[in-house]
Amino acid sequence: MGFVKALKCRECGREYPVKLLAGCEECFGPLEVDYDYDAIARVLTRDVIASRPKSIWKYRELLPLESEPVVGLSTGATPLVRANRLGRKLGIDNLYLKNDGVNSPTLSFKDRVSAVAINKALEFKLEAVGCASTGNLANSVAANAAAAGLQSFILIPDNLEHSKVAATSIYGARLIPVKGNYDAVNRLCSQIVDRYPWGFVNVNLRPFYAEGSKTMGYEIAEQLGWRAPNAIVIPMAGGSLIGKVYKGIKELQKIGLLKDSTACRLYGAQAAGCNPIIDAVKRGTREIRPVKPNTIAKSLAIGNPADGYYAAGLIPESGGWAEDATDPEIVEGIQLLAETEGIFTETAGGVTIAVTKKLLQQGRIKSDDLTVLALTGNGLKTLDALPLETPQAIEPKLAAFEEALGGIYHVA
Amino acid sequence: MSLKVVIPTPLRKYTNGADSVEVEAATVQDVLNSLDSKYPGFRASICDESGSLRRFINIYINGEDVRFLENLATPVTDGAEVAIVPAISGG
Repeated sequence: MGFVKALKCRECGREYPVKLLAGCEECFGPLEVDYDYDAIARVLTRDVIASRPKSIWKYRELLPLESEPVVGLSTGATPLVRANRLGRKLGIDNLYLKNDGVNSPTLSFKDRVSAVAINKALEFKLEAVGCASTGNLANSVAANAAAAGLQSFILIPDNLEHSKVAATSIYGARLIPVKGNYDAVNRLCSQIVDRYPWGFVNVNLRPFYAEGSKTMGYEIAEQLGWRAPNAIVIPMAGGSLIGKVYKGIKELQKIGLLKDSTACRLYGAQAAGCNPIIDAVKRGTREIRPVKPNTIAKSLAIGNPADGYYAAGLIPESGGWAEDATDPEIVEGIQLLAETEGIFTETAGGVTIAVTKKLLQQGRIKSDDLTVLALTGNGLKTLDALPLETPQAIEPKLAAFEEALGGIYHVA
Repeated sequence: MSLKVVIPTPLRKYTNGADSVEVEAATVQDVLNSLDSKYPGFRASICDESGSLRRFINIYINGEDVRFLENLATPVTDGAEVAIVPAISGG
């Protein structure tokens, strides 16, 4: 069933056959999966896609598997929610939320990439898989590896949220916290892959893994009636998702599935405490100056983003822009979303909301732009970041209830 | 200064398969020059025409990215571990 032609270096163009490979062996550039789009266009129609079960595998011709997927079968098909109440608060008429906080099986967009990577690991007949992670990928790889019957080795920075740690080890994964930040963890993983015959999803399975993110772009377009939005706001850590969502939309255009040629502007969001891509966009360059992260948005805390160079190029090319948000603004964003739309997003989603507010204030996004915000994870995973207090318990008496409310409460 | 350089798989074709190499050097620049004289072509594979490190290659001294230090001019001390590591993605 595969339509993959080759792995192709984004820098020097050198092609490789499909195999476990971290990057170009000549220039170290990242590898991109190249497909036979003419053949895909002949078989993949809007009707075929609509007839399939709701999951990322609706678009399987555009994903780099050679055989039928066996894990992650319910991944994707997350809701695209019309957000009128939040839209009114932000001053935007046509706002949608792509809520990957309810993705399956582990409540983040990483389920998309991990599903592709773990199925690919099964195709390569690997005995073990692993990843470096800021938390969400750890959860997802551990879960999908368990479902696939594969041993997993998950390496994380030693400062992650408790819930993300617990939601990884429960699957029987070998969870190894590493002293240092994500960039140190990643460096170690790269050396582990050099020594052991394992598939690390973000290292030697990376070309395949990263393709999973395209499905967010496919779904947004399909859910909008096979149209691209005018603007998409996407949080950035390594900078891969934003490029893959764009690639996904471009691919749909290429194979003739979109009904019009709306130009989609990309807006990147980072935390002020880890903003190397935003910094590059604002300086008008693609050259990333690495930083040492310091933010509550730990899932975005990658100081040396591998795809930052491409994201910083793509954002201005698309006519978009990039902004960052401070920790208090992130918390405010999480609260605003929860109170207006009843959706509890994690810190990365708080970044997206806070940045969207700024982009509207700056006039970068206009009030009549059809705008989609990517909510990439679930708020229950980052409770540590919130100043939540459990209110004092009362006696089970009406008088105590009214006293707790400060008198009889009138519903507004 | 004598120090150990950790070589990633794609570069072991230059080092006859060795995963680490001992060199004498005072700066990162020296490390690369010394590797290049031992293993011709090594330097060109990780540096561009202008002599700067390629975009997708990182060099660490005892775990610290040289871009946080003085890049190729960063001094190295006796016994330091220099790791050459291709960039990888994440999240």
